[in-house]
Amino acid sequence: MATRFTLKDHFRESRLINGRLLFAAFLSVLVFSAVFVRLVVLQVVEYEHFDSLSDRNRVDIEPLPPQRGLIYDRNGVMVAENIPTFSLEMVPEKVPDLEQTIAELTTLMSLTDEDIEEFRERLKQHRQFHQVVVRQRLTEQEVARFSANRHRFPGVDIEGRLIRHYPQGNLFAHAVGYVGRINERELQIIDQQDYKGTLQIGKTGVEKEYEETLHGEVGYRQVETNVQGRIVREIMSEPSHSGDDLFLNLDINLQRVAGEALTDFNGSVVALDPRNGAVLALVSKPDFDPNLFVSGISSKDYAELRDSPDRPLFDRALRGSYPPGSTLKPFVVLAGLELGVVTEHSKTYCPGWYTLPGHDHRYRCWKHHGHGMVDMTDAVAQSCDVYFYDLAHTLGIDRLHQFLDLFSFGHQSGIDIPSESAGLSPSREWKRASRNQAWFPGETLISGIGQGFNQTTPLQLAHATATLAMRGVMQEPRVVRASRKAGDNTMQLRSSDRVNNLPMQNSQNWEAVIDSMVEVIHGARGTARHVGEKMPFKVAGKTGTAQVFGIAQDAKYDAETIARKLHDHALFIAFAPADKPEFVVAVVVENGGSGSKVAAPIARKLIIQHFGLELDEPQPDQ
Amino acid sequence: MNHSLISDRQQRNGWQPGRLLQMLHVDATLLLCLLLLLGVGLMMLYSAGGQDMGLIIRQLVRLGVAMAAMLIIAQIHPDRMRDSAYWLYGFGLILLLAVLLFGTEGKGAQRWLDLGFFRFQPSEIIKLAVPILIAAFLAERPLPPSAWRLIFGLVLIGLPAFLIAKQPDLGTAILIASSGLIVVFLAGISWKLILSFIGSCAAAAPVLWYFMHDYQRRRVLTFLNPENDPLGAGYHIIQSKIAIGSGGVFGQGWLQGTQSHLEFLPERSTDFIFAVIAEEFGLVGAIMLLCLYLLIAARGLFIASQAQSSFSRLLAGSISITFLVYVFVNVGMVTGLLPVVGVPLPLISYGGTSMVTLLAGFGILMSIHTHRRMMSP
Repeated sequence: MATRFTLKDHFRESRLINGRLLFAAFLSVLVFSAVFVRLVVLQVVEYEHFDSLSDRNRVDIEPLPPQRGLIYDRNGVMVAENIPTFSLEMVPEKVPDLEQTIAELTTLMSLTDEDIEEFRERLKQHRQFHQVVVRQRLTEQEVARFSANRHRFPGVDIEGRLIRHYPQGNLFAHAVGYVGRINERELQIIDQQDYKGTLQIGKTGVEKEYEETLHGEVGYRQVETNVQGRIVREIMSEPSHSGDDLFLNLDINLQRVAGEALTDFNGSVVALDPRNGAVLALVSKPDFDPNLFVSGISSKDYAELRDSPDRPLFDRALRGSYPPGSTLKPFVVLAGLELGVVTEHSKTYCPGWYTLPGHDHRYRCWKHHGHGMVDMTDAVAQSCDVYFYDLAHTLGIDRLHQFLDLFSFGHQSGIDIPSESAGLSPSREWKRASRNQAWFPGETLISGIGQGFNQTTPLQLAHATATLAMRGVMQEPRVVRASRKAGDNTMQLRSSDRVNNLPMQNSQNWEAVIDSMVEVIHGARGTARHVGEKMPFKVAGKTGTAQVFGIAQDAKYDAETIARKLHDHALFIAFAPADKPEFVVAVVVENGGSGSKVAAPIARKLIIQHFGLELDEPQPDQ
Repeated sequence: MNHSLISDRQQRNGWQPGRLLQMLHVDATLLLCLLLLLGVGLMMLYSAGGQDMGLIIRQLVRLGVAMAAMLIIAQIHPDRMRDSAYWLYGFGLILLLAVLLFGTEGKGAQRWLDLGFFRFQPSEIIKLAVPILIAAFLAERPLPPSAWRLIFGLVLIGLPAFLIAKQPDLGTAILIASSGLIVVFLAGISWKLILSFIGSCAAAAPVLWYFMHDYQRRRVLTFLNPENDPLGAGYHIIQSKIAIGSGGVFGQGWLQGTQSHLEFLPERSTDFIFAVIAEEFGLVGAIMLLCLYLLIAARGLFIASQAQSSFSRLLAGSISITFLVYVFVNVGMVTGLLPVVGVPLPLISYGGTSMVTLLAGFGILMSIHTHRRMMSP
């Protein structure tokens, strides 16, 4: 029973608490005695041991950075390697007088103002007790000159390092990416232990996505150093483990052919193996030399790349958003078949224009005088817009959007390279959410021919085409084929494990659409007849032209009078062989003007290269 | 000084510093010991910080603030502290929640509350609020506490400790929990309960392991075998042991420690400053310093034993013992007896917030001692 405490209680409590206080005091003395004993052990018993570690020499622990994994293309051609260089490095904490040291180094090593400026920039971001590069890529004379004067510069030393080198130059600039100096933001993310002694980290492309695989494991060695911090003796060491080597699906020959075929156009080429999602070519033009970034790009070079109106740093294959134009039509017609809106043989009359019921606005077909009566195959082969206006109108935007969703339009393809754009597949909900506007029926029509709000990346186009080619089997695109552990030569395949089968009610619909795409190439009136010439197999494809700007109601497009920047984008998608697809290609040529004249021939060159065809020489058998 | 204000039979002629200090509610013995410790601390900081006067001046400014806090708190009657215990505790809890919701992050943990003009750690308020509250709560009813009071008290301790552990700041959470548990211990709970508590703690260790953050597990593993991680946390312990060991019996002398000056003893002006002391002043200096800490705690325990209410006894006892726990956790870490938990050496390590809290705690001790009603002259 609880009572208010009385004086008697108070005395009892005092005795109780004081007893406990006494016990606590006793315990404290006991615990501190343990600390005393510990100090005696360290400072008296083991004094000799620690004194020898500290007094004569000083123990330093030095990280041994791992060698970054190499990267090869699918033929085993080296794409990224490590080459030895000498660099002048400084640990600022060990330098007695920084300014004086810089001044003396400037005279000795003839540092330029730019060198010093960049060094100061690096100095601001450096990690405590870590080397800061003063100057990279020393010549042998410079190494010799510094070595002779080394005693004058405590805390400064020549460091032999392996730095990244991309022997193929521009060819893989966007796909493989590059490494660069670790910046402050990355410093927050990485495990500081793993990156002791490492100066570079993957910044873009494969180099970034596979950073963990490529990086390897840091080693260390315990060394004795003299007062100046120079190493006297190694006490023990734990070697570093190199990162895994990567083997790409990319084919250097395809990369080269695609890059050359684009000539001086800006644009992008993506080629896939539809059977397993392997990315065979991933080209974005213009490109740049990734080697510029490895040892810190000079601000002048960077400004040039950044400010160029052609935007060479921009990866068009993954991030370039273009209206798909007519390349979307095979997917739209498949929607029509699948949802029972059209059949293989139902026909639409094309007078050269289309009007919505109750409106008088004319939506024009690209062919001014019309295609006449067209069925599905004609419509795809001749790219008749009116057929698709009508089809899209009947489907409605909701069903169209839902169906295109299946092919990942408006979604990332899931490629193993960072910063892929999702593109845009418009819908009623999207327009309401992003623009707070209602959807207009006319917008459904232009969506049906891949114009309007539609935005796709070249990769998305290739990915959707691959899914179509495989009759609905969808695979995530993969740039990296396999990795190889350093040391033992075990290969680990890295195939796409996300395989998705699109649900279709009638598998005959696939064949109908693919047949119509074969007509594009091999039909008498196909828009890309020249692509299939002399090919030993059937090719399926579709041309496309994406409007860069709107054309007035009755104006006629006149390529001659419009500046090249305003030319339409030329697009082309194709796969071969049509019945058993092994190769898919999507081409986007910015301001190329015509899909069939500019984009399609590029695809043909890639097909020829990939299948090793020798068509341009006279072939008696063909 | 106008002595006539003091109407007391004991008044004698002439200068009476003791009486003045009593009037200011300052305990002379405690103050003297603290000043000695702080002086040693500044001296070591000068050496450890690379003879940087700027560092010393900044630390002096903090010391000034902390001293002011101590003197102000010493003026508050212990009864007022008891009365405001719940408010202080509630306020601290709200701030802790605010930290979890809006706090700014530093070094991977969310501990700071940014008030625009300055940032502070609410866990510092809780460090004092917990022992005050638990002492007030348990002293409300006769001691030893009944079972349900005990349970409720443990909940009051666990709540802020849990919030701080979530920040995550396990070191501070454990210290705060132990300051509350010390009150419970002093309040006289039965030995049977204490032993079974220790037993269940041992049983709970594997469970705790399961809920630990990676960095905490790594610290424990490194503690068990520092060689495992010679580049990381193990590096701290290896370097710190070398520094201490090379100090020998008499040390290298002030400003002469090679490990701390030429080499990379990490955090040498903050958490690992004890290694600098042990290197430069040797075993003799280190033990003298620890004895100074023990002396301060002993004075605190004496004040506790002379206190006139159970609340004051419990509170003074808890503050004194917690102070020793801080010292032990830090020195244990630096000498490799305990895991690296990131607790500064009280009143010596460079850094502000804990300094204010610690001296505020001594302000409480002074208040308890100088507000006694004189029963005999």
